[in-house]
Amino acid sequence: MRSDRQHRAPLGLKIAAAAGLLFLHLPILLIFVYAFTTEDKSYQWPPPGYTMKWLGITWQRPDVWESLGLSVRVAAISTAIAVVLGTLCAAAVSRWKFFGRETISLLVILPIALPGIITGIALRSAFNLADIPFSTWTIVLGHATFCIVVVYNNAVARFRRTSASLIEASMDLGADGFQTFRYIVLPNLATALLAGGMLAFALSFDEVIVTTFTAGQQATLPIWMLEELVRPRQRPVTNVVAMVVVLVTFLPILAAYYLTRDGDQIGGHGK
Amino acid sequence: MTIAVSFTAVSRHFGSVKAVDRVDLEIGEGEFFAMLGPSGSGKTTCLRLIAGFEQPTAGHIEIFGETVEGVPPYRRNVNTVFQDYALFPHLTIVDNVAYGLMVRGIAKAERYRMAEEALALVELPGFGNRRPSQLSGGQRQRVALARALVNKPKVLLLDEPLGALDLKLREQMQEEIKSLQKALGITFVFVTHDQGEALSMADRIAVFNQGRIMQVGSPEEIYRQPSSRFVADFVGASNVLPPDFTGAGRWASLRPEAIRFTKSGGRPARVVSHSFLGGQTRVALDAGGQRLHMLLPSADSRPDDGSDVQIAWSDGDLHLMDDGK
Repeated sequence: MRSDRQHRAPLGLKIAAAAGLLFLHLPILLIFVYAFTTEDKSYQWPPPGYTMKWLGITWQRPDVWESLGLSVRVAAISTAIAVVLGTLCAAAVSRWKFFGRETISLLVILPIALPGIITGIALRSAFNLADIPFSTWTIVLGHATFCIVVVYNNAVARFRRTSASLIEASMDLGADGFQTFRYIVLPNLATALLAGGMLAFALSFDEVIVTTFTAGQQATLPIWMLEELVRPRQRPVTNVVAMVVVLVTFLPILAAYYLTRDGDQIGGHGK
Repeated sequence: MTIAVSFTAVSRHFGSVKAVDRVDLEIGEGEFFAMLGPSGSGKTTCLRLIAGFEQPTAGHIEIFGETVEGVPPYRRNVNTVFQDYALFPHLTIVDNVAYGLMVRGIAKAERYRMAEEALALVELPGFGNRRPSQLSGGQRQRVALARALVNKPKVLLLDEPLGALDLKLREQMQEEIKSLQKALGITFVFVTHDQGEALSMADRIAVFNQGRIMQVGSPEEIYRQPSSRFVADFVGASNVLPPDFTGAGRWASLRPEAIRFTKSGGRPARVVSHSFLGGQTRVALDAGGQRLHMLLPSADSRPDDGSDVQIAWSDGDLHLMDDGK
């Protein structure tokens, strides 16, 4: 027949790939399994029995709802800030040549390259110096530092692909600045912003390090989970929550991947 | 004749670069006007000054008698066909063509009807639902034309619109654009670096060099009577001859087809090489150290390379130029 045979991977490679995937995803599956175990003191394998009761118990724990609410709020606000500032910054850097342009580009990307612990300590001492009490807003500020990068990277990549003559063509055809933004710039940018925003949301939602330094008494969902793990009481509740976090984070990233498949890099994926 | 576009001592400087340097220009209504020049000669900047994407550093521009200083592109009754076409990738073809009407607030049914008419005009009827990415280069070119023309501009600006097309398609589009212009009677300002394109399409040509206009005239004038060495060099395959060769004290141009072989009384020369161009053959000659080339019908007999010949031309064909630049 044709050359189908040549496209088939050798057996060794297949086994290696399968092993790699298992290594990556088996632990996550284990977390899911433990969410349904009947044993609540230690992680015993195999689980002595299976039950759905932890779903109900989790549902009734006010501390879960509190930290979940805080996490969603922080992620939503940080993302909103990041979308506005990241887009404006990307527009400035890619549309005009000005003194210090490369430096600004580097400074915007720097927070994601810095270890989170540095960002965290820096913000904490800055808040202390400025006498700003810790609140939801200090967490939001901390998260915004790396959320902006994600949006910025996506927007810059899209601006680079969008020909400058499109904007001139729009003006030439009679559209003023607002119409050009509304009908040409925004539609061309929309999927990049959506993808960047979703990634930013996901990053903020499971952030631990920066949050520990900027949160004060409040606990976001990841922080709450860390605290829960220390006390061996109703452990499967943590696993139920973990399952929810995986879903909440995974879906937007999947969506972002599909939206930007046509060549845009998803910047800052590695935070 | 109504003046469509006039430039009075217009300059546009970018820092220390004089992209356009004290240009005076008048383009008549209904004229097909070509701006010809090498890259960086200022022709595209002149086009962008008319469109409103650039503002003059000095001087005065009028479009149909109205001063346009400070008037933004979207308030000028002028439309542009861009070099890269600049079709909006997220819109269908019909929405691309109707864009100018849409932002002016014309109702959907009406603007779609007008867009379809414009698409029919450029021979793309029924392409409205496709996307720019589904069209070939030549088709995108036509859409860009339709998108500009549907707004009924007083002046249509074309920025090297045929540069991205292959030779055969380019020749076909040259004819189509020319006949479209004749049929619509709109003033076309066409920027190109291709002298053949300018000569075959334009009513008048302005030859640009280093931000200045070297010569304005009909294709015939530009070709037969170049005013300077630069124009002669750039526009034609003319022989540019120094004063001591002509003996007339001035630089001169001599078109290759004006040179003929003669039996006696001519200027001695040696045949250096020849190249076959299809209907014609170009023969390179060395006349006492001066390189010359001539065009012969390929059917004619031709002396062998390396042979000594005598060449001649009539005095009327030797065009003396004003300056030595």
